[in-house]
Amino acid sequence: MTTRRDFIRASAVGAAASAAGIAVPASFAEAATAAAPTEVKWSKAPCRFCGTGCGVQVAVQDNRVVATHGDADAEVNRGLNCVKGYFLSKIMYGNDRLTTPLLRKKDGQFAKDGDFEPVSWDEAFDVMAAQFKRVLKAKGGTGIGMAGSGQWTVWEGYAANKLMKAGFRSNHIDPNARHCMASAVTGFMRTFGMDEPMGCYDDFEAADAFVLWGSNMAEMHPILWTRVTDRRLSYDHVKVAVLSTFEHRSFDLADIPIIFKPQTDLAILNYIANHIIQTGRVNEDFVRKHVSFKRGNDDIGYGLRPDNPLELKAKNSKDPTGSTPIDFDAFKAFVEPYTLDYAAELSGVEKGWLKHLAELYADPKVKVMSLWTMGFNQHTRGTWANNMVYNIHLLTGKIATPGNSPFSLTGQPSACGTAREVGTFSHRLPADLVVTNPEHRKHAEEIWKLPDGLIVDKVGYHIVEQNRMLKDGKLNAYWVMANNNMQAAANLENEGYPGYRNPDNFIVVSDPYPTVTAQAADLILPTAMWVEKEGAYGNAERRTQFWHQLVKAPGEARSDLWQLMEFSKRFTTDECWPAELLAANPAYKGKTLFEVLYRNGKVDRFAPGEVEAGYANDEAAAFGFYPQKGLFEEYAEFGRGHGHDLAPFDEYHKARGLRWPVVNGKETRWRYKEGTDPYVKPGTDWQFYGNKDGRAVIWALPYEPPAESPDADYDLWLATGRVLEHWHSGSMTMRVPELYKAFPSAVVFMNPDDAKARGLKRGDEVKVISRRGEMRSRVETRGRNRVPSGLVFVPWFDAAQLINKTTLDATCPISKQTDFKKCAVKVVMA
Amino acid sequence: MRGLLLRALLPLIAAASLAACGSKHEETPRKAPDAPVVITAAGQIDGLRRGVPIDKEASPLPMARVENFDRIRPVNYEMQPPTIPHAIDNYQLTVNTNRCMLCHTRSAAKKFQAPPVSDAHYLTRDGKVLEQISSRRYFCVQCHVVQTDAEPLVGNRYEGLNTTLAKEEKQ
Repeated sequence: MTTRRDFIRASAVGAAASAAGIAVPASFAEAATAAAPTEVKWSKAPCRFCGTGCGVQVAVQDNRVVATHGDADAEVNRGLNCVKGYFLSKIMYGNDRLTTPLLRKKDGQFAKDGDFEPVSWDEAFDVMAAQFKRVLKAKGGTGIGMAGSGQWTVWEGYAANKLMKAGFRSNHIDPNARHCMASAVTGFMRTFGMDEPMGCYDDFEAADAFVLWGSNMAEMHPILWTRVTDRRLSYDHVKVAVLSTFEHRSFDLADIPIIFKPQTDLAILNYIANHIIQTGRVNEDFVRKHVSFKRGNDDIGYGLRPDNPLELKAKNSKDPTGSTPIDFDAFKAFVEPYTLDYAAELSGVEKGWLKHLAELYADPKVKVMSLWTMGFNQHTRGTWANNMVYNIHLLTGKIATPGNSPFSLTGQPSACGTAREVGTFSHRLPADLVVTNPEHRKHAEEIWKLPDGLIVDKVGYHIVEQNRMLKDGKLNAYWVMANNNMQAAANLENEGYPGYRNPDNFIVVSDPYPTVTAQAADLILPTAMWVEKEGAYGNAERRTQFWHQLVKAPGEARSDLWQLMEFSKRFTTDECWPAELLAANPAYKGKTLFEVLYRNGKVDRFAPGEVEAGYANDEAAAFGFYPQKGLFEEYAEFGRGHGHDLAPFDEYHKARGLRWPVVNGKETRWRYKEGTDPYVKPGTDWQFYGNKDGRAVIWALPYEPPAESPDADYDLWLATGRVLEHWHSGSMTMRVPELYKAFPSAVVFMNPDDAKARGLKRGDEVKVISRRGEMRSRVETRGRNRVPSGLVFVPWFDAAQLINKTTLDATCPISKQTDFKKCAVKVVMA
Repeated sequence: MRGLLLRALLPLIAAASLAACGSKHEETPRKAPDAPVVITAAGQIDGLRRGVPIDKEASPLPMARVENFDRIRPVNYEMQPPTIPHAIDNYQLTVNTNRCMLCHTRSAAKKFQAPPVSDAHYLTRDGKVLEQISSRRYFCVQCHVVQTDAEPLVGNRYEGLNTTLAKEEKQ
């Protein structure tokens, strides 16, 4: 008989041995298999980090996560993880986990200038509710706001959306996902009338060429990069093109390496369209049947405050989304000036490379997958860049078939699943509905069983505007959940910090760890994370993935869902809704928000006993019903039958995720194409049914200069971004010793010639200074990034080096997403 | 020869020592799991800024150096990629060259006294066994990272299976 101790000893030996590649005797392996189930429980979960959505297996022993593996059965990653994924087991165990609410107090009372003291949940919510009621009384819902997250689970985002948009009647709810893929969303909506990619990850194994438009997949989407690498190295004909403003690790695989001058990607995109037309490679049949043409308004400004000179000067800063219908000939004439010579001159790229790149798209035999993330999306013309890459796929008909795939990658685990699909943006409702459409509002009110006319018809403040409105005193009660926006948002000292410390405002931050944002708060709520609660995420390929609660959160930490629902008990409809509305709907009078939002006969219709046996669910235990299931099923009503079909709740606990629309139990891999998408009418071949005429739009859009460029005073471009080992603001990965030690501090990646010209050498302490602020760092002239002369790259994960003190809060005027890749700085010896 | 023998034995020694006396890992302080967060003397909390307020600028830490000891570090559990115990400056890792595999392939490992990559590296996405390392594993640094001498800013209370065993053995 094998004892438990033998098993563990065998595992320990096996672990070390396999790490070193030493064969383990079969008896050891058998012992491990035989004893494992009784000792350690393994369950599936998606990874907590990026939008790839890798599956992991999580081992739990004595209420602790003791190991994580790549899930061999997960289609996304088939057993692989990146280095962050392999260290998931440690993200919950940083020594400084928040375990009790903390409130700024003086003499036993809340005080804006007080010191943090531990308080009970009761006291925390009492003070918070009093502050929210103060603002409600003075201004109504418009004084209340919430910064949410692409890391919220599906039901947390959904519950928050209901609390804000229906409960408090405020549309000032917006996720941090605004910073990472809002331009992708507006790009999809303008071209296809429907959000999210038509293709899926299966395209990786079918494409002949990959083009990275402003994406460093090797570091930011490593597991998808393994699929690109696998394809490229296994098939000789496969080509990889990498475009960026500096050389990074993805260039290691590049057949066509392209370093272009910031912002000139727009000119390159139009050159490719022109090249396709001039060389007679337009797929005329496809274009005639499935495409329409529009010319977009130009000179649309930079999304800065309305009184900024750049906005006053711009012709269309008040109507950035406007357009006029045109035809193919007008489009042809529009892109004609974007010749190879012109594109080469603007971009600084050698003509030969540009032509190679254009040929990947033009050649009808090459199946091409375009991939992008922040290079496109964090761009003052981000929506345009998205539209323009669709242009070249649509001109050639290379879309929605295996390997022909314009593919927008996402940076957060549920940017798609929660921020986008649940519609937690300031203008959205679930399943692509918007608050400005009366029919959409009515539909939402019906599903929510709430009075007609409850939802406000105006777009709320987006997350960049929220900071401005906090500073201006328009927004006074603010809840920040599952994000670190003080560190993440641009122009920290002028537009971020002042609003949080504005004495008129009460700022609440929910987080598992003390972050920079939490430091700036008045009340900090300790939050359960990842497998400390039951959850659902939606990844970049429309795959919805569930996990069970596997361990208990430490101390008094509670999930975002518990916080939202519990807090809603402290408000009545009379305090939040207009008297006329309640007079016309007396049944809602005197009810708590909890009763009308979550005890509505739908959200509360599943008993705690329906939680799968063997798993805890702290929220079900607290509320007496299974809120995750009730919220999900109510939410799914929005999409079922409308092209966003989700499977029944329980199916997701069995499957390794399913890609929506899930129709008759079957997921959809390629949308808009007959034969693979059940929504496409037979005989149409392709049908872009997001638009009423079934056609996708090709957009005529020009190159326009960035908001700020280097000059004599600030002589360098600054691009910010990430590194492999740290995820976003580093609040989880900086607390994992191995990840911290791999890349402990931010540095300024600088060209050696630029360093020399400034009398700097590697390791020197420097100040990075812009017109908005400065930060201190050290010069790095070697390492993984090789930047061209005239540009510096600084990662933003390091809380002790807040590079966003220097960045400019200019946004794409359509998507309102900040351009974190382009502003002017100088670097001087500190 | 001595080096070779030592390298071959190291993992087993490491495993044995793990089993006997718990993880040698330096970042596993033994604190109560539910210890409350430390509020600084100034009544503030610290978001990894070493006590510097948000509106002030911290002086950056000295540039950390990559540990270059060639001593294999223990892993926490099976299938966790070992960290790289040596510097990899100027290693070429491109379509045509993989400097890492020069020493870490099964065939070369012995000669260079390097641990060969594990068997899993020879499997395709579909689980087929290859002669050569799978191209999906080609870029080693996606999973294996160097470690610098930087002291972690906060400790981590993670305890793996090994540590749990060690606790039991002590009892």
